[in-house]
Amino acid sequence: MAFGVMEVGSLSRVGHQRLHIVIGGHVDHGKSTIIGRLLADTNSLPEGKLEQVRATCERTAKPFEYAFLLDALKDEQAQGITIDAARVFFKTAKRDYIIIDAPGHIEFLRNMITGASRAEAALLVIDAKEGVQENSRRHGYMMSMLGIPRVAVLVNKMDLVGYDQAVFNRIESEYRGFLKNLEIQPSCFVPVSGREGDNIAHSTGAMPWYHGPTVLDTLDAFPAEPPPVDRPFRMPVQDVYKFTKQGDDRRIVAGTIETGTVRVGDEVVFYPSGKRTRVKTIEGFNRAMVTQAAAGEAAGFTLEEQIYVMRGEMAAIATELRPKVTTRLRASVFWLGKDPLVKKKDYVLKLGTARVTMRLEEIHRVIDASDLRTDDHKANIDRHEVAECTFKLNQAIAFDIATDLPVSSRFVIVDDYEIRGGGIIREALPDKQTWVRDRVLLRNSKWEPSAIPLERRAERYSQRPTLLLITGDQDSDRKSLARELESRLFDDGKVVYFLGIGNVLYGVDADIERKGENRQEHIRRLAEVANLMLDAGAILIVTAAQLTQEDLELIKTSVDPDRIETVWAGDQITTDISVDLHLSDQDLGSEGVDRIKSLMRDKGILFRPW
Amino acid sequence: MDHLDRLEARSVHILREAYSNFKSLCMLWSIGKDSTVLLWLSRKAFFGHVPFPLVHVDTSFKIPEMITYRDRLALEWNLTMIYGENREALEQKRTFPDGAVDRITCCRLLKTEALKHTLSGEWPRYRLNHGTREYEIDRNTEAYTGVIVGARADEEGSRSKERYFSPRSVQSQWDVGDQPPEFWNQYKTEFAPGTHVRIHPLLDWTELNIWEYIQRESIPTVSLYYNQGEGTRYRSLGCGPCTTRVDSEARSVSEIIVELSTGKFANVAERAGRAQDKDDGGGLETLRKDGYM
Repeated sequence: MAFGVMEVGSLSRVGHQRLHIVIGGHVDHGKSTIIGRLLADTNSLPEGKLEQVRATCERTAKPFEYAFLLDALKDEQAQGITIDAARVFFKTAKRDYIIIDAPGHIEFLRNMITGASRAEAALLVIDAKEGVQENSRRHGYMMSMLGIPRVAVLVNKMDLVGYDQAVFNRIESEYRGFLKNLEIQPSCFVPVSGREGDNIAHSTGAMPWYHGPTVLDTLDAFPAEPPPVDRPFRMPVQDVYKFTKQGDDRRIVAGTIETGTVRVGDEVVFYPSGKRTRVKTIEGFNRAMVTQAAAGEAAGFTLEEQIYVMRGEMAAIATELRPKVTTRLRASVFWLGKDPLVKKKDYVLKLGTARVTMRLEEIHRVIDASDLRTDDHKANIDRHEVAECTFKLNQAIAFDIATDLPVSSRFVIVDDYEIRGGGIIREALPDKQTWVRDRVLLRNSKWEPSAIPLERRAERYSQRPTLLLITGDQDSDRKSLARELESRLFDDGKVVYFLGIGNVLYGVDADIERKGENRQEHIRRLAEVANLMLDAGAILIVTAAQLTQEDLELIKTSVDPDRIETVWAGDQITTDISVDLHLSDQDLGSEGVDRIKSLMRDKGILFRPW
Repeated sequence: MDHLDRLEARSVHILREAYSNFKSLCMLWSIGKDSTVLLWLSRKAFFGHVPFPLVHVDTSFKIPEMITYRDRLALEWNLTMIYGENREALEQKRTFPDGAVDRITCCRLLKTEALKHTLSGEWPRYRLNHGTREYEIDRNTEAYTGVIVGARADEEGSRSKERYFSPRSVQSQWDVGDQPPEFWNQYKTEFAPGTHVRIHPLLDWTELNIWEYIQRESIPTVSLYYNQGEGTRYRSLGCGPCTTRVDSEARSVSEIIVELSTGKFANVAERAGRAQDKDDGGGLETLRKDGYM
């Protein structure tokens, strides 16, 4: 189809499509002017707005600029730069748009990213007079990393270079080369003047050498991205809802489907645990019953068997591509924090609905997003830098790698309550628990769920099944503490058991020698025993000397991490373990028991019967 | 999926994120069409249930039909219904309708201040007892750390810059210039003690979308939105003394949709009938920085 001039507002719009567009580029390259022009030339402004802004300009003796139309906030005008990603609603004959005006100033990169990560298509603006600048490149890089599928480039302020075709060609060739490195293929380059209105909504004849589409044509030519219903099914579990007190017996696994389709009867697997069962019903409110749900839907379904599923797991379908599960991953990350991203510091990583503690293990290379230069020897990642690095998580999560399924490869990093960075996973790396995890996945795929739902046991016992690990120095008196705790909980009517290590070593472990090289296998078997007792609804107390973080991670591979509580007994923590509760030597008596009980109440492990 | 399905899915996703991440969560219900759609979306998200309290700030100048409608739905839908008010200002008659203060001050006292102290639990909260159908003092005085609000980006300038999850300081203040980033489906769900987060599931909806959704779902709305024969209706609901009717023949949801999409209001801002917007220089920004909805 040729790019003819469209009569805005005169055609009936097709199927009410709506496209999110982000507009980026270097500061002062004229993004706001272009949007202002688009709004004015397509009659998308509220009645009287244009006149009102013109009148204000006259009153204050300022020359009128189309950019003023966007300056909805007072302090924005004061500063003269767009401080945030503002949404602008706009429509053409073909469809509705939300344009997200992303700030060009480097200080506001986080706002640009906020805007861009919601967008389905991007316009990148370059000033014809200034040419490709630092943020023209940085924004291009960000668009590529954020996974925006459609990009067009506008070479603005053509009036300032006398509408010179050579200038346009030079910028196009330079920037096209840059975008090629990022694997971005722009749909077109358009020479425009926001101030004069050339090639915005109409081709004005100022550039007879240009025969391509206007900005408006370009927007309307972006194909709407269909939801990825044919890809492998992925649904991060947001929660499992039970509204029994409201007289509703359904137990509904809820989440937004990122890719794929799920149908009643499908065998679903929840990762990282690997638990599986079939979908019984697809649930909804105020709509006809359906038997399938697909990508883009905020869905909910019930299960054939009452398996224990929790927020943070990723639902997949047994016959489709399996997500990766590990604690080590290689990723591209961009960092926005004022303080650099450093090693030996705990951060929180969020992916899908999973939320885990992580550390930076290794930096492979740091890339300057403004010119793609790399540095292989940096010790940390500074603000606005992009890097390839390896992260180590304190417990396994399920994800995909960016080349398989981009959506489930995306994560953010939280530090001090704020999102400070984001990235995509390039590779799943093996970790020390891989051998155990493979066994657990098999075990869980063969697991026969009890006919008595977990909640019913919890209700009966007024407790949540939990493995309480008490560790400490060789000579700390862990056993007395464990025994007193067991006896106090028993007196409270709880189902509790203190498992002495000896009971396992000479029974379950009878076939393996008590040697250092077998430590991992001893721990694995202990964890498997614990897993059984937890499934029976019990609170299990286990003591062990000198547990390390690695030991704990091994146990977490076999036992649901949120059912484990750890206590260190003794003044000094002498291993690298991070624990839920630290008791000093003088607290080891009944004071210590009180504190453990209060921890268990706070975490909702112990509760009163209802 | 059509555009309403997409909007619905995103809002439901945000509501579920809010419910899973905030222990002390509530939803503000102004009784207007937007927050009523938000309430309906909660029933969608939680399969017929609304698992958090609804908080209404009663200025005592709301149009009486609004209160009747609020209590009817609260009982029918089994809602945990709470209201709060600035009792001191009302008793001292420091209000605009009493002629004591200007519109902006009245809004600040009866809405912003009442909201702030109701959310923090410092001022009494009144909770609907479904047995007696009366409001009684709520014993729960815990501060809400997550507050779901029905603000839309297309309403006015400052709202177009909101995040879906938007932090507020201890004093309920909003720092427009220093907002956290939101990537993909990841929001600010962690917060320092004393601060709270405003959650905006309707940010991407337009006024037209709201009415289209009300029509599709048959959501009950208060009759004030429709022309009852006098040739006028309310387009936006607030306090009686500061909200004016617009001239309109629209008697039903579908007539409103026509009016908004191709009719007389296609290019007229919704809040044109709200006097306090104009007094604030058109941006509502001063009020909103202090915690106005």
